[in-house]
Amino acid sequence: MSETIELQPAQRQVSFSRNSLRWVVGAFAIAGFVLLPVAAIIWLAFNPEENIWPHLISTMLPRYVSNTLVLMLGVGLGTITGGVMCAWFVTMCNFPGKRIFEWALLLPLAMPAYVVAYVYTDLLEYAGPVQTSLRYLFDWKLKSEYWFPDIRTHGGAIAMLSLVLYPYVYMLTRAAFLQQSVCVLEAGRVLGRSPWACFWSVALPLARPALVVGTALAMMETLNDFGTIDFFAVHTLTAGIFDVWLNMSNIGGAAQIALVMLLFVIGLLWIERASRKGQKYHSTTTRYKALPGYQLKGWHKYFAIVACSSPILFGFLIPAGTLAFYAARRFEESWTSEFFGYALNSLFLSSAAAILVIVVGVFMAYAVRLSGQKGLKTATRLASVGYAMPGAVLAIGVLIPFAGFDNFLDGQMRSLFDVSTGLLLSGTVIAIIFAYTVRFLTVGMGGVETGLAKVTPNMDDASRMLGEGPLGTLRRVHFPLIRGGLLGGAILVFVDSMKELPATLILRPFNYDTLATYVYQFASDELLEECALGALTIVIAGILPVILLSRSIRASRPGHEQS
Amino acid sequence: MKKDLLGLGAAIAIAAVSIAGLMKTSQAAEEVNVYSYRQPFLIDPMFDAFTKETGIAVNVVYAKKGLEQRIKQEGPNSPADLIMSVDIGRLSSIVNKGLTQPVESEILETAIPANLRSTENQWFALTTRARIVYASKDRVPEGDLTTYEDLADPKFKGRICTRAGNHSYNLALIASMIDVHGEAKTEEWLKGLKANLARKPQGNDRAQVKAIWQGECDLSIGNTYYMGKMMSDKKQIEWANSVRIIFPNQEGRGTHINVSGVSMAKYAPNRENAQKLMEFLVSDKAQALYAELNFEYPVKEGVEWSPVVNTWGQFKTDDISLDTIASLRDEASKLIDKVGFNE
Repeated sequence: MSETIELQPAQRQVSFSRNSLRWVVGAFAIAGFVLLPVAAIIWLAFNPEENIWPHLISTMLPRYVSNTLVLMLGVGLGTITGGVMCAWFVTMCNFPGKRIFEWALLLPLAMPAYVVAYVYTDLLEYAGPVQTSLRYLFDWKLKSEYWFPDIRTHGGAIAMLSLVLYPYVYMLTRAAFLQQSVCVLEAGRVLGRSPWACFWSVALPLARPALVVGTALAMMETLNDFGTIDFFAVHTLTAGIFDVWLNMSNIGGAAQIALVMLLFVIGLLWIERASRKGQKYHSTTTRYKALPGYQLKGWHKYFAIVACSSPILFGFLIPAGTLAFYAARRFEESWTSEFFGYALNSLFLSSAAAILVIVVGVFMAYAVRLSGQKGLKTATRLASVGYAMPGAVLAIGVLIPFAGFDNFLDGQMRSLFDVSTGLLLSGTVIAIIFAYTVRFLTVGMGGVETGLAKVTPNMDDASRMLGEGPLGTLRRVHFPLIRGGLLGGAILVFVDSMKELPATLILRPFNYDTLATYVYQFASDELLEECALGALTIVIAGILPVILLSRSIRASRPGHEQS
Repeated sequence: MKKDLLGLGAAIAIAAVSIAGLMKTSQAAEEVNVYSYRQPFLIDPMFDAFTKETGIAVNVVYAKKGLEQRIKQEGPNSPADLIMSVDIGRLSSIVNKGLTQPVESEILETAIPANLRSTENQWFALTTRARIVYASKDRVPEGDLTTYEDLADPKFKGRICTRAGNHSYNLALIASMIDVHGEAKTEEWLKGLKANLARKPQGNDRAQVKAIWQGECDLSIGNTYYMGKMMSDKKQIEWANSVRIIFPNQEGRGTHINVSGVSMAKYAPNRENAQKLMEFLVSDKAQALYAELNFEYPVKEGVEWSPVVNTWGQFKTDDISLDTIASLRDEASKLIDKVGFNE
């Protein structure tokens, strides 16, 4: 207990305004660039085919809104409960299997939500193996003889989404727990609190920023989900967007609904900001003690094991096992020469997006840190709203500026040099990578920002006084400190991009398939078996990074190596 | 290390550009570009046959939504030659936005009956499918249901399954009802049908037949080709065997049909090849492939139906113009919302 710990509110901004101008201008430019698709959607919203609102308000709107809220609330609760509990157990307690749970709890992250939804529908419906065996066991003949929960409901959708989204909360909260000083907890204990009370009154409040970020990510993902809710016939605002767009041929009206959804998200982000006010803490000590590792005994132990293994079982093992079973059954028809090409395309797009997001993220976050400009801060925050848009809407937002630019350039070149440049960017992988970047910037930024926030400004001061420029400080001081966060962010973006579907479909070049688009053409027709191999490959490709991620989180506890 | 990251980013960007460039130049000299709302695995066999016969490569982008916006934004530089769709709604929406051009072709005009192509030659149907009622062999006696109107009969309370009301196939059917009965009557009918549903609308047409097999419902609405698909699948054949097909309204206006079709993009860069492909798709060979592989009805007279499809028998089709259906789609869609059909 000889450590010193100092929790110091960040009242002072790092400011070296002379050198930071370039950074600020650059960051504003990037933010503007990233916001182009959103701007395009706003532009669309001003030109609806007809005013959709009187019809919507008198018919489906209340339903859309309440469904959306119920779903978000449900997924919020589900992910918080599962994520925080598991994070606490594997970080602070000792019980059998803990080391495996640490990384295995991240596995469901690699599962696309719509695939999990398909798998469970297959398993749990009347003709599925579960109900068939129940009927066999109890000698029931008809559906009316027994009650079985229907999976294609709000509850089902909440369960499916929570199963694949809780890892966001788990991962970020765990990182936060890992970085908490044991002293604070021990102080709590010495002052007479039980471990349980310490969790509620000390650890959880300290982890709140991470918890809120994780939950916000999960809720935004819920908001823009279309695959699952469409399959389960839960009509959210996103369903409304597509109905107005495709069935009423009114993309302007659809864009308006999309903007209403953005307001939801901005509200969410604002709440998150507000909840963090005055709660920014940098840890200033470099000395950390090993975490306590409460030894769990008796039923506590079994509870922890069950609590940690069920998300893995239901969120990963069962769906992945089912996919593997189907894939084996259809292996010969699925394992074609093209298949390898799809996998390569997926890998290429996802790594490119991951790297781009991190580079952009670091640049923007560091520019904010250097300048402390309020305007830039807001711009950075705004630049992340792309995450909340349904992918297909975002894709339209990307089409508009890209094709506009291409056609403008083509026109100029024709009139000046009589050369046609045609479409340079539209219909190329660049458009797709840009769309991924816009969409997943928030996911990557999270890692960057939380990483940077933890580095005390004293470090910047010291480095700058010793003669390093902003770039040198970033490279030699910050980068080594936040490497774990960057890697984590990059991996999240990678995994999310592997799963991304709607934007890829709309923006891709001719004859270009990724694993996700290949899976989709069958899955959309409920032909899950035919595409199981593809779906399984998406999952496997996601596993490796997920394990890497877990290692980096573990290593992120300062002084970890020594402990 | 920041430099490394930047360098890496730059390298990726360069790689991306060069790959994008490669992709543009690597396309064959003779080609035709298709934007398709139809799944590739359903149309690839026809395209392969075309390439084999003519040496013209067919490039495809498939998406379920957004292709119209893509063509619109790409403008005069759009590489799209043809747009293929599985419903008239999408096609006519693209035509109405002025994104297509007429095709004057004797081959198309002789092959396709007049009610299955636009009067201005802006779109052409390639196949038709009937929107029929699947009925449980065990639980629905012959002659119990003979019309779409019967679906709203209270005697079927809690016995009907369907996919979402605002799916394009159902919208087209509802549009045809609006045309015959007017909006108010159709709304009544929809309310009646809604009251008869065994469960909230969900899944695709095939899933409804499965639900009949499972005993969840006795009747469902669906397209014909799903029957053929289920019969050629070792697992789903059981589902198919549990139902029989009813062609509604045989005594009256006939059974509603929907179409898959094609339009030529306004700025098609490979106009000639595109027309060749269109004409190929209505050739005996391609039409027979459609019939055989996808269990659809060929638009061209005299082309053999698939043996499976033949067993369902001949039937009278509703000859309502597809343009009318397209124009009533919006109304149909709003009715669905109004009666809360999907809840």
